[in-house]
Formats: sequence, structure tokens, C-alpha cells
Amino acid sequence: MSGSRQYPDDPSGPFPAPPTTIEDREDRPIEIRAVGSFAEGALEDVVEMYLAFDPADRAQGIPPTGESRIRNWLETIGEDSVNVVASHDGDAVGHAMLVPDTDDPSAIENNAEIEWELAIFVLQAYQQAGIGTVLLENLLGHAAEIGIERVWLTVERWNNPAIALYERVGFESTGTESFEQEMAILLDPEG
Amino acid sequence: MNVLLGLGGSDESVKTLRRTIERTTDVGDDLTVAIVDKPESKRSQDEMCQQAREALDEAGLEDRPVEKLEGDPGSALVDYAEQGEYDQLVIGGGTLSPMGKIQLGPITEFVLLNAPTTVKLVR
Repeated sequence: MSGSRQYPDDPSGPFPAPPTTIEDREDRPIEIRAVGSFAEGALEDVVEMYLAFDPADRAQGIPPTGESRIRNWLETIGEDSVNVVASHDGDAVGHAMLVPDTDDPSAIENNAEIEWELAIFVLQAYQQAGIGTVLLENLLGHAAEIGIERVWLTVERWNNPAIALYERVGFESTGTESFEQEMAILLDPEG
Repeated sequence: MNVLLGLGGSDESVKTLRRTIERTTDVGDDLTVAIVDKPESKRSQDEMCQQAREALDEAGLEDRPVEKLEGDPGSALVDYAEQGEYDQLVIGGGTLSPMGKIQLGPITEFVLLNAPTTVKLVR
């Protein structure tokens, strides 16, 4: 799988990096922060968010439903993932993450050598308030800071709002297309 | 029921084969296994044919045929399904991305949209 994807010729960025606090379109203060790994309560915040997530907004089987499946999913991808969380009044309302596309994450010496898969979820009550864009930009800014260069994702082909959001920050469609559209972005290691 | 199982040469195909053999043994379905030509996959078409034959024989299904299909995998499989009296076409039901997203490839999409029969995706 690795190394087979088409990336844009030119890098995108620079992107803002966490921590930051923004005011969303509903005048709510939203705190954006990077979470190193799912330690010290950070996992609990995100589990709570996914428990409140409307299953109708799931994409390609994630997030799963039910607490044990949600925990299992986050723990499986959690150890080596890169996470940025958006919070309002101390509760997680958005989560964006990168997961390394490798069979052996322990062998990662240089983040630039591997490709990272991106996913982003925002709670329904906080959608269409500009949080997704800020969360996405801050994840990419944080990724560039830690030396990640190649990021890809898949999105359901009919999900035009999501595709437009990804294009706005610099993602381009790769050749691969079926029910899912694959997209990729190149980050500038200088930030 | 008369079942046509379409396989490439991936690990997903091997799992689909195993699950379909279990089902066939349980209910006594008629079964034809068709191996498509996917040069990029892990196992060659010949290797996959042999693996399918051995798995069927081990399960006591020596009389269920294994066929090799040439050409574009999706259309070859749909053509083959149209020429037989099949009730169901079974294929692999997608791979998981590192994130855990289910991904259905272009062959799956072609078969789902074009097959004349019910299509079963095996997870």
C-alpha cells in the first residue's frame, strides 16, 4: 500500500498549529489542542464525544457505536496516532487524527518516511460553525511541526461538503476512486 | 441455492473463500468458484486456483468446480454470472484502512452495480 499514492507536486501550508482558542460562528469559545497519546483522561473525553455522535454521520464504518467498540477502535489506532481535539466548556466536540499507514509502527524513525491517514469528526451540534476547518488546519500544522509530509484520506464520493473542505486546505483527488474518493496533500516540512 | 464465488488473490479473498466453504458445508449449496485475473494481487491466478481447489477438497466439496476467468475482473465475473443460473454472487466485502475505514474497491463497485443476481459481500 505504501508509496503507491499520488501526491500533489507542491506542498500546502503553512497551517496554524495548536494550542489555540477560536470563537466559532455561534460565538462559542473553542479550544484546540494536540493530544500526545490517549493518556491522562484525553481518551475519556474523546470516548464521551463519540458516545454522543449521531450514527447517521458515520463514514465507512467509523466511528463504531457502543462504548466497548469505540474504546477498542481508539485503543487500536491510539498508540501511534497524532490527535488534535476541539473542546467547548471542557467537553470534546471535535477530533481530528492521523494514523500511520504501516504494518510496524514501532519501526517508525522518521515521520516523513511514511504516509498518514486522516479522519475528522465534529459533533452534530457543532457542525457548520467553522470548527472543522480550524481543526483540520491545526492538525496539519501540528503534523508539519513533527515532520509529517504525506497525508491521505478517503471520503464518500457523494459527500460534497467534506470534499470541498479538503480541497480548500490543499488536498487533491488521487486517481483512485470507487465508492470512496481518495485525496492526498503534501506538507511543507519547514511548516 | 446456486452460488457463484468470485475471488482475486488477496488475503481478503482467502477469508471470503473460507467463509463461503463453511456456509456451503452447512447448507449444501451448489457452488462454483471463479478466480479472476488480477495481476497486482498477492497470489497469482494459478496459485489462487490451486488454493481454492485444495480448500474445497479438504472440506469434502470435490465436486464443486473452480474456474479461471480471463480479462477485466469485474466484467468477466458479471459476464460469467449472466451465463449461468446463479442465485447469488459472493465477493469480498472490503478491506480496512489503517484508520479502520471500510474500503470497497472499483471491482466491488462494478459488480454491485452490474450483477444480475443478488450480491453478497463477505466481511
